[in-house]
Amino acid sequence: MFKLLEPNKIFQITSKAPKYVLFLFVVVMSVGLVEALILSPEDYKQSDAVRIMYVHVPAAWISLGIFSSITILSFSGFIFKNKNFFLISKSLAPSGFVFNIIALVTGSIWGKPTWGTWWAWDARITSMLILALFYALYLISWRIYENEEKVFKISTFITILGIINVPIIKYSVDWWNTLHQPASINILSKSSIHSSMLYPLLIMTAAFALFSLLIFLMKYNTELIKIKNKGLDRL
Amino acid sequence: MYGRKVKLRFLFVSTILLILILTVFLVLKSLEENVVYFQSPSEIKSLTELTNNKIRVGGMVKKNSISMNSDEVNFIITDFKNEINVTYSGAVPNLFEEGKGVVAEGVLKDRNFFSATKILAKHDENYMPPEVKAALEGN
Repeated sequence: MFKLLEPNKIFQITSKAPKYVLFLFVVVMSVGLVEALILSPEDYKQSDAVRIMYVHVPAAWISLGIFSSITILSFSGFIFKNKNFFLISKSLAPSGFVFNIIALVTGSIWGKPTWGTWWAWDARITSMLILALFYALYLISWRIYENEEKVFKISTFITILGIINVPIIKYSVDWWNTLHQPASINILSKSSIHSSMLYPLLIMTAAFALFSLLIFLMKYNTELIKIKNKGLDRL
Repeated sequence: MYGRKVKLRFLFVSTILLILILTVFLVLKSLEENVVYFQSPSEIKSLTELTNNKIRVGGMVKKNSISMNSDEVNFIITDFKNEINVTYSGAVPNLFEEGKGVVAEGVLKDRNFFSATKILAKHDENYMPPEVKAALEGN
């Protein structure tokens, strides 16, 4: 069914890809940083503190996106008994976790001058912390279980538990009173963020996505090399 | 198209997910009071009994309601239906302004008076450069 996914063929591509991705990342990240830190205007209300958003929001998006991808891959891996899906999930997780932590930390740094507090136990922030815990659980599960069958099942179960939290994070600001503001960017209706601030945000998101891709490729190549060293031809 | 085992596994995972979603939904529904970060003045008005516990009230700072003297800040939190008077002594955050969102933490004196121990400014979802804001206000 997945003929294209033979490890040797994948490795031919993924072993060469990182240098191109790295180059692209450096370019996009440079443009993004210049846009976000220098060219974009300051906010009418929070002035330069708005620049934290260009790191905070992309980091949060990417961490949510990666957790969703991990869940879908683990689901499919579990249902179709496909080992490759699990290896992709495993390789994606670390950068998702790191971006989750970055979102929490930058949010905290932004919260102090704007809200007047480092931390608030409101629904958005708490649910984001819970996502970080699920990421940690997921990563730990790969460390502590030697048995492959076992780790596939347990990591899938962790993603199933964790994925329920993802829509909660997204809609927490609409369902409950939170200190965190509601979403500024709406796909269906008009966004409440000015276009001069939206474009740097999108460029930074692309840069972070490329960074995740880079880390993913490096992790994934390691997994493929491990399989090669074991002398197995197929996943 | 797919084997029986594949279908079974799919059913198994989907059932687990459904049960978990239902559980989480029910838990959150019953914990709603604790999940919200603050209550609106209207919700305070409709409280059946007042507690001495710390609570949070949130809403907009009413226009022309802030009065500051040497050691106290007085203002009114409104949700445009009901309002509540707040007294507070201490430093307010930079974004604390009339017509903007605020969350006050403290204790209720009665349904109309709230004594805050902490003031948090709530930022809204609008992001724009100062020129655009000025242009908007000019219209």
